[in-house]
Amino acid sequence: MYIRATGNISPQKTFGHQPLVDAVAYTGNRLACIEPDYKDFIDPKQIRRMSRIIRMGVAAAMECLQEAGVKVPDAIITGTAYGCLEDTNSFLSKMVEFNEELLTPTSFIQSTHNTIGAQIGLMLQCNNYNNAFVHRGFSFESALLDGIMLLKENDAANVLVGAIDEITNTSHTILNRLGLYKQGPVSNLDIYKTKTKGTIAGEGAAFFLVANEPSATDYAKLDGLHTFYKPEGIDEIEKQIASFLEKHLVSIADIDLIITGKNGDAGEDKIYEQLGQTVFNAKEVINYKHLCGEYPTAAAFAMWLAAVAIKSGELPAALNYTGSADKKINRILIYNHYQGIHHSLSLLSAC
Amino acid sequence: MLNNNEPVFVAGTGIISAIGNNVAECLDALENGRAGMGQMRYLHSAHGNRLPVAEVKLSNDELAQLAGLPNIKSRTALLSLVAAKEALATADIENIKDLRTGFISATSVGGMDKTENFFTGFLSDNSKGKLRDVINHECGSVTELVADALGIKDYITTISTACSSSANAIFLGARLIRNNIVDVVVAGGTDSMARFTLNGFNTLMIVDEQFCQPFDENRRGLNLGEGAGYVVLVSDKVAATLKNKPTIILSGYCNANDAYHQTASSPDGIGSYLAMNGALKKAGLKPEDIDYINLHGTGTQNNDIAEGTAIKRLFDPHYPKMSSTKTFTGHTLGASGGIEAVFSVLALQHGIIFPNLRLQTPMVDLPFVPERELVKNVEVKHVLSNSFGFGGNCSSLIFSKLE
Repeated sequence: MYIRATGNISPQKTFGHQPLVDAVAYTGNRLACIEPDYKDFIDPKQIRRMSRIIRMGVAAAMECLQEAGVKVPDAIITGTAYGCLEDTNSFLSKMVEFNEELLTPTSFIQSTHNTIGAQIGLMLQCNNYNNAFVHRGFSFESALLDGIMLLKENDAANVLVGAIDEITNTSHTILNRLGLYKQGPVSNLDIYKTKTKGTIAGEGAAFFLVANEPSATDYAKLDGLHTFYKPEGIDEIEKQIASFLEKHLVSIADIDLIITGKNGDAGEDKIYEQLGQTVFNAKEVINYKHLCGEYPTAAAFAMWLAAVAIKSGELPAALNYTGSADKKINRILIYNHYQGIHHSLSLLSAC
Repeated sequence: MLNNNEPVFVAGTGIISAIGNNVAECLDALENGRAGMGQMRYLHSAHGNRLPVAEVKLSNDELAQLAGLPNIKSRTALLSLVAAKEALATADIENIKDLRTGFISATSVGGMDKTENFFTGFLSDNSKGKLRDVINHECGSVTELVADALGIKDYITTISTACSSSANAIFLGARLIRNNIVDVVVAGGTDSMARFTLNGFNTLMIVDEQFCQPFDENRRGLNLGEGAGYVVLVSDKVAATLKNKPTIILSGYCNANDAYHQTASSPDGIGSYLAMNGALKKAGLKPEDIDYINLHGTGTQNNDIAEGTAIKRLFDPHYPKMSSTKTFTGHTLGASGGIEAVFSVLALQHGIIFPNLRLQTPMVDLPFVPERELVKNVEVKHVLSNSFGFGGNCSSLIFSKLE
């Protein structure tokens, strides 16, 4: 199947399909999305009613559909680990503060995890398949697998798949207390050098239009997707990678570039470092979480990056890539894990 | 490789709800007209004296004991584990360790029941609130607590499409089998009572202060309930190896969207119509083949007229028997599709149609009336189960009995 179009709102200048020339630098452990002018994508009356994550999700979806030239997709599938946190927080806080009195429904209505997919469906007047996955570090991959199966089953010719997660002040405070993030001054551009505990918080809204049939403007072919849960150790991870490649009839030598999910947390990055000694030894490997931060659906950013790199034949300048994959990038393997629990592999190739 | 026509069998069922802690207890309550609503006992809410709810009649400690896991705290996870364990036990798959097994769970609240406690402390001081109360807030976290307890790891995911969540989980499970990703799937959903949802529905003014009366002209709204319901789905190949060869298949399914309003259904129920029609098409059945519709039937003004109008459009003049079992269990939100899938299987297994309790005045705008009394000893071959939710999410499942 083919990735026909993308739409990506992230802490980098990824929206608007312009080449990603410079990496935006941040100080501190929280990267926030660079939001576009929503007026070009959403009716201003509706913008006011939407919370930030809904705006980001809807705008990224609309940009993706516009690029694809698709008005109404055959399916809309979203993945989000945390859902609409701002609305959830708002309703929950008022409920506690006012002891369950004087509440209004708006934030409750918009707090459900399927709100973004529903809003997209509503704007497009799309009566087709609409689903929402909410499984932590598998949310995006689950949504994508659902889309892949719909295409295979011939129940859809094209599917809009997206991943959306936001950081709010509340969630950042709580996740910080849980010890997820680095303490003290840190620049996103230096996270792989720190060798300390913790990562930096990220967020994003990335959508893809995947289709059964090729078109003249496709980004890439999506050749395979595989997830695995709580592997017992590095041996099992290596086996999973090997059998994934075997299933798709490629060897590691056929891979031009590997994108891994290093996030700067010394403990969590160990897996990638071990693989660098074995399966990924002598391969060209790049990382991406210095650009978007760490969040459960960050693998969607990696897929966007891979799609863009394959379409243009080279990595965006913002990656400052100086490695030797300077021949045309034809095949990319993405390996990402979230907190060592949720592991995913994706294989993309040139059309 | 995909096998789009492979029959997917129901090998096991499990439930916990306000009318019973297992399938046998629920069936007994359904046959004897015992509804599960009552005054709030386990949830602590300011609306406790005003709004009746359909709670599972066990405290968290009692649930943990039943589930055999005292260290799990979220009620959503405890309910899930009890029902999923029963489903696996009834499936009795001897060589399950050698099979690829998945767990697809649905929920709308996740660990919200504990997050509410966390927020009481957190709001007064951001360094307060016990972190262990918020650590399982995410919906997927609840699924993982249960998957880990069940020892399932080959494919795990969570769906949250409001009140249609677990219908979507069940048919995703069937598709994972047909796509040769797993051999066995435990699929369904769970939701516990939470002040968050109770207050949310209360602000929408669709909660009934009396026991709900779905499909009644004078219906006033829904009663919230809680529980969990799961089916164990197996491939044709696995079904053939089981001691008790399963005879019920998930024959049809469809997910459509109403695309009308974030919370309200369209007057003509277009989403409901498309979901039911799509499920019939998938099953290769005609409307007159359906023997029983387990209605979404929440008891709100809006749902029942939209669903009824869609049924009229699709089924007129061949109306099957119908009922809303939410008259027993209340509306269990993300769990309802799972609980009602098990009820649909029971209707097929026992040849019975459950009553739509408390129906006094049939809706004047509809040409049909749901069953008011239990119907026994009827042939039930095909059952349609409806689950419609916020966000316009509409899903229908069809379960069929093989000859």
